[in-house]
Amino acid sequence: MGSVAVLEQSLPEDPAARRRRGIPRGAWVGIVPFTLYVLVFLGGPLYEVIYGAFTTTGGSLTWHNFSQTFSQPEYRSAFEESLKISVVTSLLGGFFGVWLACAVVTAGPRSPLRRIVGSGAGVLAYFAGVPLAFAFIATLGRYGEATTLLGHVGIDLGASGFDISSLTGVELAYVYFQVPLMVLLITPALEGLRPEWREAATGLGASTFGYIRHVAAPVLAPAILGGLLLLFGNAFAAYATSYALVGIYVNLVPGWIQQLISGNVLVDENGIGLALGVEMIVVIAVVMVAYGLLQRRATRWLR
Amino acid sequence: MSSDHRQPAKRTRGMALAVVVAGTLAIALAASSGAASGATNWSTATSATSGGGLSALIKAAKAEGTLNVIADPKNWADYGVEISTFEKLYGIKVNDENPLGTSQQEITAVQDLGSQSRAPDVVDIGQSYALANASLFAPYKVAEWSDIPAANKDPQGRWWNDYGGYVSIGCNTSIVKVCPTSFAQMTNPEYKNDIALDDPPTTANSAFSGVWAAALANGGSLANIQPGITFFQTLHHDGNFVETPGLPAAIASGQTPIVIDWDYNNAAETGLNKAKFKWTVAIPTDASFAAYYAAAINVKAPDPAAARLWEEFLFSPKGQNIWLEGYARPIELPTMIKSGSVNKTFEKLLPPVAVAAKYPTQAQVTAAEALIAKEWAASQS
Repeated sequence: MGSVAVLEQSLPEDPAARRRRGIPRGAWVGIVPFTLYVLVFLGGPLYEVIYGAFTTTGGSLTWHNFSQTFSQPEYRSAFEESLKISVVTSLLGGFFGVWLACAVVTAGPRSPLRRIVGSGAGVLAYFAGVPLAFAFIATLGRYGEATTLLGHVGIDLGASGFDISSLTGVELAYVYFQVPLMVLLITPALEGLRPEWREAATGLGASTFGYIRHVAAPVLAPAILGGLLLLFGNAFAAYATSYALVGIYVNLVPGWIQQLISGNVLVDENGIGLALGVEMIVVIAVVMVAYGLLQRRATRWLR
Repeated sequence: MSSDHRQPAKRTRGMALAVVVAGTLAIALAASSGAASGATNWSTATSATSGGGLSALIKAAKAEGTLNVIADPKNWADYGVEISTFEKLYGIKVNDENPLGTSQQEITAVQDLGSQSRAPDVVDIGQSYALANASLFAPYKVAEWSDIPAANKDPQGRWWNDYGGYVSIGCNTSIVKVCPTSFAQMTNPEYKNDIALDDPPTTANSAFSGVWAAALANGGSLANIQPGITFFQTLHHDGNFVETPGLPAAIASGQTPIVIDWDYNNAAETGLNKAKFKWTVAIPTDASFAAYYAAAINVKAPDPAAARLWEEFLFSPKGQNIWLEGYARPIELPTMIKSGSVNKTFEKLLPPVAVAAKYPTQAQVTAAEALIAKEWAASQS
């Protein structure tokens, strides 16, 4: 889930706040180490990926790698499946995340529920990858703890058609980290909804529905959409969770990249893997720009 | 080496970057180390004899003091013991870079690191990688060269097979009542949701070989892997196949009660899980498919003498018996059995093979890989 950390770095700074504080001369020296770090560990690999995608192993310019990714059905279906799983799990995660965040925010700032959910979400949003996959196998797998307990009370998960080694299993695991991430993303926006607005609306004769429709929804919409975009990027770049649960049965783009650039079977297909990487970078870049724009709107009411 | 699996993490080409940073410096370093090894230039020696004999080689290797190996997991065919024994024997420090890496990563490291001091001296890679990249390797023949069958080595000595194994069926007897001993039995409905490959066959050579073995059992041949793909499609369709890769954690949790993998990997699981359940290993009676890995010396090895000494050590009876202890079949096993230098205790622990395997040609491997790459994903959906 490295993508989230990267995306968060890119939160646009509020220009008004910058004017108010004023930036002292020479302050740029402070960001030199960080800039170097980014150049070496992001810029370098980025150059390698893009350069490799556009060149043959001999070093001459080529479009072959990209044309392969567009013409071969397995790569196309990988993109479709990656997009599908990202959309489905970000919508599910977004829905339940907003629901949970609403419940928590209405519980009031001092309620224990809020503190528990807040810190829980902070931890669980980053619980992903192989550990998450094996946690699911140990819980809901064929001989998992929950499966066994349910078996004792007469519920046979296996016979009911549920199987953790399936697309449903992978989506379930993804939603597990998507929900808490949405809670983290949306809680500040919900907290920004001032009680006065509601009182004012009610005072002017608005029903609850009218308040939500004309006040809360328009104020929250950019934040919710932005949150959904982040969840999308999060799921799009995720890979290890799915790999440990079902191998390549769920056919995802990062899975192909792994097979192409570091497998033990497909020889000399590096370039196609790099081309897929470039295409993923493009998708994530679009998501980030859209997120940045939405974030600017979302913060307008939250100062 | 190639452990293929065991580490499904995202991989980047970060290594290439290090080249950019350290490239120039390293060329200077390597040039000086080449000159320091005295009378013999070991980087061009094609055998210990041609360089002045084994004791001269040992002396030069000790002077270098280090050896860089890559992608040798400690518990894979007992590489951990190979390394520690070598270190103790010669007082040479062995750096095992990226122990869980894959064959492709080994090749990438050799290409990208050039003659830097941290470049791999030796590699242990899948056969097709050795053939495709032979120009990266130095011609060298170990003392036991004549004990290696002609089909298992490059005539020029740029690579040669080191150890291998058979495709086998590992089985958890506390979950599975009657363990299958053939591919034919695996279609039985009693194995519903039981059977896994250790990794996807597009990533791991072991799983790829598992599909090929299934092809042999189902009317296919070394020229035709298609029946293997169809076999797993049927298993998948009937619900006998588990999509979860049969990684050690999946085996330990019972999620994958039957795993098709190299016999040495399955045999290692027996020991790892003996406290919880019995894990049996059988070589399928209807298919013998084996493959060897290949050893090679980096033509630009920063420690050329240590690299050659390491190979001499691995192919001496001592090194070969350590692989055998890790349940792998060393390439010299037949001649060692004949000469009596084999460790009989370890030899007895190998799962018995009914029919000796035949090996595919490189053209057959390439064709089979292309077919798997094209059809596997679709056959499983």
